[in-house]
Amino acid sequence: MSRPLGMLAELTYACPLHCPYCSNPLNLADSWEELGTADWQRVLGEARALGVLQLHLSGGEPLQRRDLVDIVIRAHELGLYTNLITSAIDLSPQRARQLKGAGLDHVQISLQADDPALADRIAGARAHGRKIAAARLVKELGWPLTLNVVLHRHNIDRIDLILDLAERLEADRVELANTQYYGWAWRNRDALLPTRAQLDRAEEVVRRTRQRLRGKMEIIYVIPDYYSHYPKPCMGGWGRQQLTVTPNGDVLPCPVAHLLGLPRANVREHSLAWIWEDSPIFRRFRGTTWMPEPCRSCPRREIDFGGCRCQAFLLTGDAGRTDPVCHLSPDHWRVTRVIEATNRQPGPIAPVDLVPRVGTGRRPPGRPVHPAEHESAGSRT
Amino acid sequence: MSGGVPSENRPQLRRGARLGWDHVRERHVLLAPEGVLLLNGTGAAIVGLCDGKQTITEIVERLRGTYTHVRIDEVEGFLTQLIARGWLEVGDE
Repeated sequence: MSRPLGMLAELTYACPLHCPYCSNPLNLADSWEELGTADWQRVLGEARALGVLQLHLSGGEPLQRRDLVDIVIRAHELGLYTNLITSAIDLSPQRARQLKGAGLDHVQISLQADDPALADRIAGARAHGRKIAAARLVKELGWPLTLNVVLHRHNIDRIDLILDLAERLEADRVELANTQYYGWAWRNRDALLPTRAQLDRAEEVVRRTRQRLRGKMEIIYVIPDYYSHYPKPCMGGWGRQQLTVTPNGDVLPCPVAHLLGLPRANVREHSLAWIWEDSPIFRRFRGTTWMPEPCRSCPRREIDFGGCRCQAFLLTGDAGRTDPVCHLSPDHWRVTRVIEATNRQPGPIAPVDLVPRVGTGRRPPGRPVHPAEHESAGSRT
Repeated sequence: MSGGVPSENRPQLRRGARLGWDHVRERHVLLAPEGVLLLNGTGAAIVGLCDGKQTITEIVERLRGTYTHVRIDEVEGFLTQLIARGWLEVGDE
């Protein structure tokens, strides 16, 4: 069995933004208690002992955790490479300097678009201006800066302007990842999926800009799975390289695997090593023996590992089937049908008609359940 | 060498990347925003010399002081791969 290389630590689901493509669960308003500082620090130690080298601090919005600096200090002591994946709107100069001092290696800031009004509309918050200020701060403090822009029907035609903005901000890397359809994005899929013509144009812009900025700014571009010929090797294979720890301590092979309804494994009850090696959830789709045809006899079975289990589940109701985005899948018609409907839509694209992600029923660690408090926490975020 | 990097280039680790030692795997590792690269001892020695000051030719010379069989085409090939994958960058020469 291989050792994990990377861990995604979802420190909290609380977030000041309401992006309609958020991959967080749909039942965020349910109440649950977050892991405390000491829990996280212990989990980081267990992760390092298991082989994890890279730590992605995410959420929700990780800056909502008051103990973020203490978590980073522990990660740095352990020799982990630390990425902060953030909306950055709460990244004050003071907080940024503390994180720098704690040894944070890299900052990745999300932008919703280049245009402030559009960006704020997508985020459901006045956020864009503060993100730009935070991006400049990250560069001033000497961090490598990655900008992450989730693409969809409502911003993909501005990809050249988005890249111009990234260039002006002197980003070292830009991730232009089309929305994949899980969580809130699944719910908003038909309003988010771009047309083939939009994708063709975006790809051309990326190709040209990559050529122009070679050696200066790295551009990562990811198309929607629905338009792929073969599925992606999701997470590098189930339980093979990556793991996710959710705010309440559940451990998952990927950040959205909670929707599969597999037996839960939680760091409050088990060691991370046991969860990685022996828990039913991690063993369920590890390797190739679980595979049905056409994966089982496919020469690509150890290239893409059957694709994404969550996508198979959402599209077919069965997580054990071949990812339907694969053109060889017997369920591929389900994807084709969606793509055809998207590309039949005539004329200009309708105005944004999206369900925003809701606030959370988050309880900070160690606080007792109190219904009234739960309600106010939900409305705050 | 086809599509390679001229040997007078002075490669260095890209911003945010660092070399480390993984005591769990007992391997040298290169850590960067985009991922992790496990290196063998020679690989780590080569990367360790990429300080933006020494040319590839000089790096090979330095390696010859430590290792007996150092082939310039192999070192160049290794560095070309790391540059192409964004782990190293080459300053203007």
